[in-house]
Amino acid sequence: MPVEIDIEHVARLARLELTPEEMERLRAQLRLILEHAAKVGEVATAEVPPTAWAIPRVNVLRPDEPTPSMPVEEVLANAPEVEEDRFKVPRIVEVE
Amino acid sequence: MTELCDRSASELAELLRRGETSSVEVTRACLARMDALEPHLNAYLTRTDDLALEQAARADERIGAGDAPAVAGIPLALKDVLSTRGVRTTCGSRILETYVPPFDCTPWARLAEAGSVLLGKTNCDEFAMGSSNENSAFGPVRNPFDLERVPGGSSGGSAAAVAAGEAVWALGTDTGGSVRQPAALCGVVGLKPTYGLVSRYGLIAFASSLDTVGTFTRSVRDAAVLLQAIAGKAPMDATSLPDPVPDYVAALTGDVRRLRVGVISEAFGEGVQPAVAAGVRAAVDRLADLGADVGEVSLPQTDYALSAYYLIAPSEASSNLARYDGVRYGLRVEGRDSVEMMARTRGAGFGPEVKRRIMLGTYALSAGYYEAYYGQAQKVRTLIIRDYEAAFARYDVLVSPTSPTTAFRLGEKVDDPLAMYLSDVFTIPANLAGVPAISVPVGLDEAGLPIGLQLTAPVLREDLLLRVADALERELALDLRPPLVAA
Repeated sequence: MPVEIDIEHVARLARLELTPEEMERLRAQLRLILEHAAKVGEVATAEVPPTAWAIPRVNVLRPDEPTPSMPVEEVLANAPEVEEDRFKVPRIVEVE
Repeated sequence: MTELCDRSASELAELLRRGETSSVEVTRACLARMDALEPHLNAYLTRTDDLALEQAARADERIGAGDAPAVAGIPLALKDVLSTRGVRTTCGSRILETYVPPFDCTPWARLAEAGSVLLGKTNCDEFAMGSSNENSAFGPVRNPFDLERVPGGSSGGSAAAVAAGEAVWALGTDTGGSVRQPAALCGVVGLKPTYGLVSRYGLIAFASSLDTVGTFTRSVRDAAVLLQAIAGKAPMDATSLPDPVPDYVAALTGDVRRLRVGVISEAFGEGVQPAVAAGVRAAVDRLADLGADVGEVSLPQTDYALSAYYLIAPSEASSNLARYDGVRYGLRVEGRDSVEMMARTRGAGFGPEVKRRIMLGTYALSAGYYEAYYGQAQKVRTLIIRDYEAAFARYDVLVSPTSPTTAFRLGEKVDDPLAMYLSDVFTIPANLAGVPAISVPVGLDEAGLPIGLQLTAPVLREDLLLRVADALERELALDLRPPLVAA
């Protein structure tokens, strides 16, 4: 099954800036890998249920006991930019 | 005489208990070995010499007072995807080059509490994605048995450090073979426990449904001791298993009589190096000599496991790695708005393999393709589990080579992702099914490179796995030190 991939669209979804060379290389490599991976369709019939976790657990609960949070300065210590106990980011409206 | 840093943890614990050496002496021996070999191996990304000596001195006090757990005073290395409070943790990536975690991962927290000594953080493939360690942003690790060859991956630094006496033992992580394959290629013991037996809290996530923390040791007994110290339910990880943890050292009886050993037929076909197949077959014969009942078993879906893995792991990775957005930690490359900042940060911070997997996973999860790829792969996962269930109805443990070949040359597979992925073909199924597996060295090939044999057991039967591996290790009585160290 030949695979056509809209690399620019996928990169946009992944929030990943790629150079034109990277896009070309990925287009070829992903096609090869996906053609190989598409083999899963040969054996996965409708009757087979999917597995998300090999060792399933249901409703894992622990006692709801409040404990102190991490100090704010430790949480912010690795941040590239901070303002008044908050992570600072550039404007969030996309510039066209 | 064997230097302190080349001894097993169990031997050292005995010397420490009898007062014949100290943790400080053992730690100094490891640090001296690092001074001598790091220029060649590049196994460490961060050294914690001062911390190690401090912890060693405290361990000596505890040992002197007669209050010391089995792991106390034994110098350890941690793969650099395991969070350590106050010690830089990079995941082998530029995007986390300066990241200093504000908390410890659970396995290290438990070891630290028990008096363990941290030598440093080991090099690895970026975000644990790779089979050769060539995907580290900080240069490849070299194999102590041949510096022109790879140590395997992704936990290559941990494997090389233990093989070369730069650590007595180490922790790594195994998502598709990242403990077992480098253990095989470096001639040490590598154990991947049952999914959930060891808490993943503080293990920086790659593929959450497959990730496990595993051990690198010089003996199977050491693997039992180290696993004992890190196994068991932990409150911060909902997937950690509540089951009681058995006494793993007590399981090392040396007795494998009447134990049913199934040799996986699919694991000796095309692409397997003849010396690897022969070495593994010969070791199986020794198990038969010891009284095990050996037979052949088929895992018919083996071919599809690799395909399923290369959809499931990248899909989970693409989601997990969304957190590296230049906001809370790590690299930031400025842009006109937040979206451009994130895209530029990620484009500059991630290496080629990580980008490849993020793109693969994003595509496989995207609208219109989810069912054909991710959905189908999850069904294959069910079939893999059924394969194991059928096999374990007839056999107690399963045997295969750990990896199809011994250590390959640096650069040999860098440009061919599919060929690289194939080096995990025998290790991936255990991650998909959650079952435990161990790699033990069984000899050298014609070039003097280590061959690893993999044993696989049912869920939570680490006791069985360790018992068979230990019996085999005793029977083979190998001394697989790399020439670099033996000289």
